[in-house]
Parts: sequence; C-alpha cells; structure tokens
Amino acid sequence: MSDLTRQSAATLASAIARKEVSSEEVTRAHLDRIAQVDERVHAFLHVDRESSIARAREVDQQLAKGELSSPLAGVPIALKDLLATKGVPTTCGSRILEGWRPPYNATIVDKLNAAGVVSLGKTNMDEFAMGSSTEHSGYGPTQNPWDLERIPGGSGGGSAAAVASFESPMAIGTDTGGSIRQPAALTGTVGVKPTYGGVSRYGIVALASSLDQAGPCARDVMDTALLHTVIGGHDPRDSTSINKPVPDVVAAALNADVRGMKIGVIKQLKGEGFQAGVLERFNQSIEILIELGAEVIEVSCPHFEYALGAYYLILPSEASSNLARFDGMRFGIREDDGKNRSVEEVMSATREKGFGAEVKRRIMLGTYALSSGYYDAYYGQAQRIRTLITRDFADAFSHVDVLVSPTAPTTAFKIGEKLDDPLAMYLNDIATIPVNLAGNCAMSLPIGRAPEDGLPVGLQIIAPPMADHLLYQVGSALESALADRWGGLLISEAPTL
Amino acid sequence: MTQGGIDAEQVKHLGKLARLELSPEEVADYTLQLEQILGAITSISAVAADHIPPTSHPIPMENVYREDIAVRGLEINDFARAAPSFEDDRFRVPRILGEPG
Amino acid sequence: MTTGYQAVIAEFEPIIGLETHIELGTNSKMFCSCSAQFGGDPNTHVCPVCLGLPGSMPVVNRVAVESTIRMGLALNCSIAPWCRFARKNYFYPDMPKNYQISQYDEPLCSDGYLDVTVPTENGPGVFRVEIERVHMEEDTGKLLHAGGSGRIHGATHSLVDYNRAGIPLIEVVTKPILGTGELAPEIAKAYVSELRDLMRALGVSDVRMEEGSLRCDVNVSLNRQGEGWGTRTETKNVNSLRSVERAVRTEMVRQAEQLRLGERIILETRHFNEETGDTTSGRSKEEAEDYRYFPEPDLVPVAPSESWIKQLRGTLPEIPSVRRARLQNDWGISEFDMQSLVNAGALELIIASIDAGVQPSAARKWWTGELTRVANERDCELEELTVTPADIAQIEGLISEGVLTDKMARSVFEGLLDGEGNVAEVIDSRGLVVVNDDDLLVEAINQALSESPDIAEKIKSGKVAAAGAIVGAVMKSTKGQADAAKVRTLLLEQLGVKE
Repeated sequence: MSDLTRQSAATLASAIARKEVSSEEVTRAHLDRIAQVDERVHAFLHVDRESSIARAREVDQQLAKGELSSPLAGVPIALKDLLATKGVPTTCGSRILEGWRPPYNATIVDKLNAAGVVSLGKTNMDEFAMGSSTEHSGYGPTQNPWDLERIPGGSGGGSAAAVASFESPMAIGTDTGGSIRQPAALTGTVGVKPTYGGVSRYGIVALASSLDQAGPCARDVMDTALLHTVIGGHDPRDSTSINKPVPDVVAAALNADVRGMKIGVIKQLKGEGFQAGVLERFNQSIEILIELGAEVIEVSCPHFEYALGAYYLILPSEASSNLARFDGMRFGIREDDGKNRSVEEVMSATREKGFGAEVKRRIMLGTYALSSGYYDAYYGQAQRIRTLITRDFADAFSHVDVLVSPTAPTTAFKIGEKLDDPLAMYLNDIATIPVNLAGNCAMSLPIGRAPEDGLPVGLQIIAPPMADHLLYQVGSALESALADRWGGLLISEAPTL
Repeated sequence: MTQGGIDAEQVKHLGKLARLELSPEEVADYTLQLEQILGAITSISAVAADHIPPTSHPIPMENVYREDIAVRGLEINDFARAAPSFEDDRFRVPRILGEPG
Repeated sequence: MTTGYQAVIAEFEPIIGLETHIELGTNSKMFCSCSAQFGGDPNTHVCPVCLGLPGSMPVVNRVAVESTIRMGLALNCSIAPWCRFARKNYFYPDMPKNYQISQYDEPLCSDGYLDVTVPTENGPGVFRVEIERVHMEEDTGKLLHAGGSGRIHGATHSLVDYNRAGIPLIEVVTKPILGTGELAPEIAKAYVSELRDLMRALGVSDVRMEEGSLRCDVNVSLNRQGEGWGTRTETKNVNSLRSVERAVRTEMVRQAEQLRLGERIILETRHFNEETGDTTSGRSKEEAEDYRYFPEPDLVPVAPSESWIKQLRGTLPEIPSVRRARLQNDWGISEFDMQSLVNAGALELIIASIDAGVQPSAARKWWTGELTRVANERDCELEELTVTPADIAQIEGLISEGVLTDKMARSVFEGLLDGEGNVAEVIDSRGLVVVNDDDLLVEAINQALSESPDIAEKIKSGKVAAAGAIVGAVMKSTKGQADAAKVRTLLLEQLGVKE
C-alpha cells in the first residue's frame, strides 16, 4: 500500500484486518511522519515512540489470535491532552500540570484500548480548553498545516492539526463551545460534538461540566462515524451520560441521502460578522443540498444573539469551580519558596505561576458571576437564556430535520492577530456555542476554500439531541457531492509539509 | 459594587477568593479586560426572563445512583509520587492559617 | 455559677439552634465506591473521585439517599419531590476539590419536628423542636497538625488523610428554638440525645460523638424581653451530650456578661473547651467566605417517587419515645425512673444487655448502679466505659453457673474498666477462680474456727446466726473466691449443726 499516512482510518483498518499490513507498520509510518513534520506543526505535546510501537505489536498479536473484532483495530490515534491517560503525561496544555501522570484512564481511553486503537501521543490545546486558537497553550501554539503562520483553531488545535497534517488518521477532541468543530473548519477536516451525555466525560478534565463533550476528529465522515461508535455509549461512572445505545452513525454515513429532508438555515448565523468568502462557500453548499433533493428553508432563532453572553457567564462560573482543585497540594506543581509560607499563600502562588492569563481571566470572571449579590443577574440569568436557546432549537426542529450554518465566522487568522483582544477571540465561537448550551449534536464538514485567502471553510450541521445519525447522513451526502466536484477530499489540496 | 462595571478593589478581592496571587500590573490589566468583557456579556440582562426556568442540565435526567458496594480504589504508590510532598503515608501541606469554611 | 445563671434567666431570653452532622454507616462513600469504614491505614480508602483528581466524577450512593429520606420521615419532614446537589466553593486542604458537594436551597427534607422530654418543676415536660432541613453532603479528610502542639496554631505543616473525604454526611438543622427559658441547656442536650437514639433506631449511623459520627454545633443568642433577637454565636467542638448542655449554659452566661457591660455580641464561631467548659473565640463570621453556591452540574436531580417514599416509610422502626413508654410499662418502673435512666445514657445499654440475655432487672441494676457510679467518678459517659452489654451478659451467665461470686464479678468489672482485657483475660490474670475444692474450704473453715473458738462454741450451742462471722473470715481468707452459701453449709456440717 502506498503512503500509509495518506489513507483513511477505514482503509487502514481493512488492510490490517486482511493482514496486508500490520498495526506496527502503520504506527511506525505515522510516528515517522510526526518526526518529520511536527517540529513545524507542533500538534503534539507528548509522543513516546517505543511505547506506541510496543502497543501496536500487542494489537497485532491480539488480532492474530482473533481476540479483537473492532472496525478500527490497529489504527493509530492522537488524543487531546485533556484526557487522563494512565502513566502518560497529561498537561491539559497547562504548566500547572507539568509532569503529571494520571493513575487512571479516562473511560474513552479504555474503550479505545479495548478496540485495539493505538495512541500516538497527546495533542496540544489551549490551556484547560479555554480558547479558540491554541495560542493559550502553556507550551506554545500549534501551527495550521495549511499555513504555518496561522492558527489551527482551538481549543483542540493540536488534534485537528495532527489529522490535517497526516500525522494521525484520526484524533479525539473535546468541545465545550466549538473546540472540535471550529478547528475542523479551519483545517479542512471533520469534527463532531456528540449529543451531551453521548460520550463519557469520566477522565476528561472538566472545563464547564454542563457543556463539555468529547468527540471524534478525522479527515472524512465515515472515519468520524467509526470513531464515534467506538467512544460513544453509557458510562456508570458518569452520572450525566445517556443510558441508551449509540445511534447507528455508521449506517447513517452509508445512507448518504438527503432526498426529502428539510434543512434549516439559521438566520442569525449568516450575516454581519461573517467573512464574505465563508458565506460564499456556505451558500454554494446550500445549493448543492437543494440539488441533492433537500428542501432548504430559513429559520429564526431569535435568542442566539444572547448565546455568547450566556456562554461566557456559564463557562467561567463552572470552570472557576472545576479548576479550584489545582492548588499544588496533591498533584502538579507546587510553588513554595521554602520561607515558611502558609498553605493559603502557597496555593495562591502556585495558581498564579501555573495558570496562564486567559485561564486566570475566566476564573475571576466566573468567581464574580457566582458571587452573592451577582448570582441571579449573571449565572442565574445565563441559565434562563439557555432555556430560551433550547426552546429556539426545539421550535426550529419542529419545522426541519437539521439546521446548518457556517462553522466559524472567518477562516484561520494569523498567530498573534487576536491575542490581545479577548472579546474578538470569543467571537470565533458565535456559531458553535448555541449547540453546547442546548446539548444538541453538531458536525463541521469542509466545504471548500475561501476565495480571498484560499483557506478552508467549514459548514456546521446541527441535529436534535440524540439524533446524531442525522449529522452523518447529511454530512456524508454533502461530502460525497463535493468530493465528486473536487476529485477527492479538500484536505488533499493542503500544502505538502 | 456597580452592576456591569468592575473596579480594581473587586478584582483584588476576586483574586483572594480564587487563590490567585495577582501582581499590581495584572490587577490593572484584568480590571480593564473584565470590564470590557462584562460590558459585552451583560447584554443578556436585556432579555426579560424572570418567568423562564433556568437550565442546569441540558439533557433532562433524574435519579442516577450507584449501589452501596465498597470496592478497592487506588494504592498509595499510585498517587504518592505525583504528590508535591508526601510524608508518613499522608499528603504534606504547608501550615494552615484559617479555619475551614 | 447557679446564682449567676438564674440572674441571666431573669434578665434574658435565650434562643438556641442546633446543627448536627451525622456520618452514615454505609459500606461505600457518598459519591464513589471507596470503603466508608471507620479507621483504616491513612489514604487506603481513596480513588480518583474522592481524591478529586482531574477528570473524576461523582455518582450518588443510593443507600445514602434512602437513609436521608428515612431520617427525614422519622423527623416528620416533607420530602422534596425534586431537588439537586449544589457546590459549596471554598479552599481548604482537607477538601480535595476545594468545593464540597452539598445541598443549598433545595434540601431533600424540610419542615419537620422532634419532641424531646426534659424534667421540669412540674414533672417531665415535652418540648417540640422544629427541624428546618435535613440534607446530604460529603465529609472532608482528616488533618494532622504537625510541628507544634497538635493544634492548628503553631503548627509548621499539616498531614492529610483522605480516607474520610467523601463519606456521606447528613446535616440536620433546627429552626431557631424559642421559649426554652432556663431549660435551654437541658433541651439542647435532650434534643441531641433523642436525635441520636432515633438515628440508632433507624440503623443509619453509629452516631458516636467520640468517634465523630455525630457532630454538633450549638447556636446561642440572648435578647431582653420585648427586644429583637440578639446576635448569635456558633460553638463548635462540642463532643459529648454533657458538653452540649455545658456549652449552652456557658455561652448564655458569657453573652449576658458582655451585654451587661454594654458590649455587643459578634457573629462568630467559638470553640468549646472540654476541660474548662469555656468557649473561646474562633473565626469571625463577618469575614466569612462567599460560598458561591450553584447547582452541581456533574450530578442529576434527586426526584424520589411517591412509591419509593411510601416503601421507605414502611421501614421506619418504633420511635424511641414510643418504645420508652412501652418498656416503662413492661418493667413496671415510674416515668421518673425511666427519665433518670435516659438521662444517665443507660437506656440503649440496658436494652442491648437484655437482648444479649441479661434479666431486665439485673441489666438495670448494673447500668444505673455500679456503672453509673464509675462513670460519674471518671466524669465520662456510660458508653465510653470499657464494659459492654455483651460483657454483662457473660458475667451474669458465669454468676448463675456458679463460676463467679458477686464479689468476684465486681473484680471482673474493675478489670474490664481498667482496660485489662476481656472477661476471660481478666478472670485469668486476676486468678478469679471460685474455690470449689471442698478440702480447701474445710481447711479454711477449720483455720477460721481455730482462730475464733468462742464463736465455734456459740454455733454449737445453737446460735446458728453466729456462723456468719466464720463465713466472713473464710471469705476473707479466700479473697472472696469462695461461694458463701457453700462455706456456710460446710461449716455447719463440720460442726455437726443443723440449720
């Protein structure tokens, strides 16, 4: 088989199953690719070559004995550094966890292991998943494989870049306000935020517990579907996980048919603030969907204009509480000058040293929003807006099967361009945030390159809670039609690294 | 304390509550930034939502429990090495000044 | 002091409040499957959840919820049809997440009451204590303050054991208790005692104050008649029923003294000192942390169904006050006697002894007689003595078998109380074996007779009652290890005298 790193996960899995190639060979090929390009892309924070090869060998043995029957057995993966991996460094992109090796695995890591998927390493991210560009990582930014001077998106820029640069066929990300979808859009890859509760959060370091969800990243819809099936499902260790079977997303991906489907375009997510080239590609995709037999109508979600405000009150509030445990007492760094400082002082010094500016900003914002006297006007009000947004979605879904919008308002901007303007940075999430607030599922799919800068543009598909299969049905149809036009996937147009 | 606005004293107090040893420059910077952010965020107060129930869990679920069975958890070796300071099988922490909350 | 107290009562009205924390006796912790057993080597009952490791998540213990509902029902509370957990946010090293999962404005149980009986001038009086709420939360780890005296002040560092972190803790809060007047201290004590008995009857907790499975904070405020409520203080470290009573009394007197001097009472937390009976100032509550409560997003609401509550209601045991009335009747004792028994903390111990096979009258005799005397001498609670109902049952059994005499039994008790070991060990180490060897006894009898020939003559001449002196002498020489009745029989035989 020619260049193993240019194959899809599905193709690799079949080849491994047919013993045309071993997991070890596939894993080595990807490790070599990482060694070749990651100095420039900086998608990875931790790679342990020997460990990955050893694991791949184990998987090959299990396959030989017929002990593994997963559709992704032997295929390598990159894991966002927000996932607890036993004995393997987990930093969450923060200096406060420098050197920490968790004593346990996240549930989805156990699932991936049981499925014979081989970890290549942990990927870079905005510190504690707070950001939209991966520039807030405590370990330096990740570069967009399409243009190394540009951001790959965030917070899961590392996972998206790893996939886009062919360092890994697939990756796990997490999405709290768009951290899987927006990087997918900016790197020309596919990313899905499953329905809230569809994938276990046990072992995923919490940012905003009522918004976080782990999800699959890959270069095409089918790979994403296969990965979604492996990681999804109920977990008794996560009280908020859905106790129902994972929707059959693979079958839906095969059934790439939108005939008779009703698709809604969200009025509030396509006007001012969106780059011209992004809207152009978006409108072209709408045309394609109509050509494919879907009925497209405009729907209004009037409370979406308040989504950003509600999100930037809820997230910091929950995060300020979730991040309180990082105090230098039980794990991670401790900043103690040995001059008999009190525990209060050592905690404060540790957090001051270990956390970056964006994290500190949000912790203070959250502490403020929850304070007595402010709770009702801020956190309380935000949770009420959330109800209104959920109702907007429910109302829209009473008229259509799925909703669509551009995933992000712009293409990838230059590294450093928005770093000094937190508010401008927050606006990147304007289209993705409402989905997390309501708990729905959504996918970002590459739909072309913006004419003005040649950079990837993504389209977001949104489905009702627990209807994740609809994402794959529509996504697959659109992907297929576009691939016909382009003669392949968009990612093949990315510059060679 | 003014609604929607935030001053340096408040930021210092927040730093204390959140156990962040902020430098004077940070206090000044964050005061400005938080003021900006709050200004944008508090547009949500324009929505008349007093009668709307708040959402604390996006997907409605109730009564999720675990049976009362004890299971062995971690061994000391699993976490002792990761601890910044561990002594006599316990986590060693610097001297405590205050009373618990 | 009494005069001082009477003066306080004459001038002020007390308002008291009690916050009690009860550690449930579940197998596993509130939010994880670690063992909830008391003790255990440090940090051996821990996991990612109760250590608060990044990525860990809580899952609610069903039995803890059931126990809380049963407690609420037994306290005549309303059970919330829907409620949530909330996070109480503050930083402290014994709390791994630096927030405690608790309940805030949505407690599982609310608006109940507990009737307590206190002795008044007109006989026993029933006082209704209203319950504000009963809610669920998790316990913290244990801190050892090192490098100083063991107290937090002056320590150079602390060592933390998280075994206790996450154990289910149920908080019972009373509404402000009004109209207690001079009986405030007694009512406070009676309330905690009654609450404790109720928890035992429900089987939800060991409720041992000395082990910390029952903790009590006492709130006290004073106001002059006709004036508004005074500022309250909260007193912690109240570790026994006796201390509850003393703390209330002390605090009332202290506040009165301050108020008389024209000083104001500060809203603060105070510490009770077991030795002196005083309370000392702790942290001022006016600087208290803002806990920034919000609904716990990692847990879903608790919504007990009508049928579940009904099923749990069916499991409630006989209420202690009802049981007391029944026993009083069965034993044929007066209300006053029953009350004394309860006040001495003897009731549960007596019942346990009866369950172990001791006759009711014997059980009452031991616990309200000898053992109460010892407890008073040592200024401790009855249940703190190292004699258990099982011990009593064993001793009574040995007495009826003739293995121990009454006097020897007292020696065994002494040994048990001094911690010399269990019954068998004490008997062994003290050599408490009944002298049953007739030859030995006859020898001792003859010895005693030879020392008192005139008494021997008296007996032979028909004054059988004089035998008592010889029996006494023999008992003395055998260190009480002879059966007195048997000695008498042998003695008369020896002398050839008939009864």
